[in-house]
Amino acid sequence: MRITITGVFVDDQEAALAFYTDVLGFQVKHNVPVGEHAWITVVSPSAPDGPELLLEPVGHPAVKPYRDALVEDGIPLAQFGVDNVEAEFERLTARGVTFTQPPTEYEDHMIAVFDDTCGNLIMIQSDSVADE
Amino acid sequence: MADVFRALDDETRRLILDELAVSDGKTLFEICSLMAGKHGVGSTRQAISQHLAVLESAGLITTERRGRSKFHYFDSEPLAAIIRRWPIVEKGNQ
Repeated sequence: MRITITGVFVDDQEAALAFYTDVLGFQVKHNVPVGEHAWITVVSPSAPDGPELLLEPVGHPAVKPYRDALVEDGIPLAQFGVDNVEAEFERLTARGVTFTQPPTEYEDHMIAVFDDTCGNLIMIQSDSVADE
Repeated sequence: MADVFRALDDETRRLILDELAVSDGKTLFEICSLMAGKHGVGSTRQAISQHLAVLESAGLITTERRGRSKFHYFDSEPLAAIIRRWPIVEKGNQ
């Protein structure tokens, strides 16, 4: 078994696509219209055949209370790997991204948490502090 | 004032205050990360949340919403009240 697709709920798929590609730097893998929404996945340019992230429209009434409770406590819904957390923090802050948690050492690696502007908090982490 | 002493009578709560005194404005998630990652405190998120509630009701921390997240701040006023009640006396300066 492999992890091929995982997803995050997004308030607005168009805005999410723009943020996940233009700001974060992922690339579109699939963008298939399905009714009033679309089936959109993005991948990392460094792993175009790797795991896909599905940008799933918010529709179910349980999604809002679920996400609100997580965001209130600062809990990220997804985690992405980066080479250097500090450098990403600087790059994304310059692009206007808000961090709820600045780069913090956690055991043997660095973590930071930002708001994806689509209703979720996302954690970035490096493999080890030594990589920074 | 008794609630301040009760709030301080717990090592995890003192560690939380240590972290917030150094740099405050932290979410529950960040405080949990610091407790587990830096201090080896294996408390559940729910337990940390309860510790924060005790500190808040004693006035030692305040919370503020920024965007959709809740951030915790250290408030030293209850400690200042203790010092005002029992002022620190410098010894050997007479």
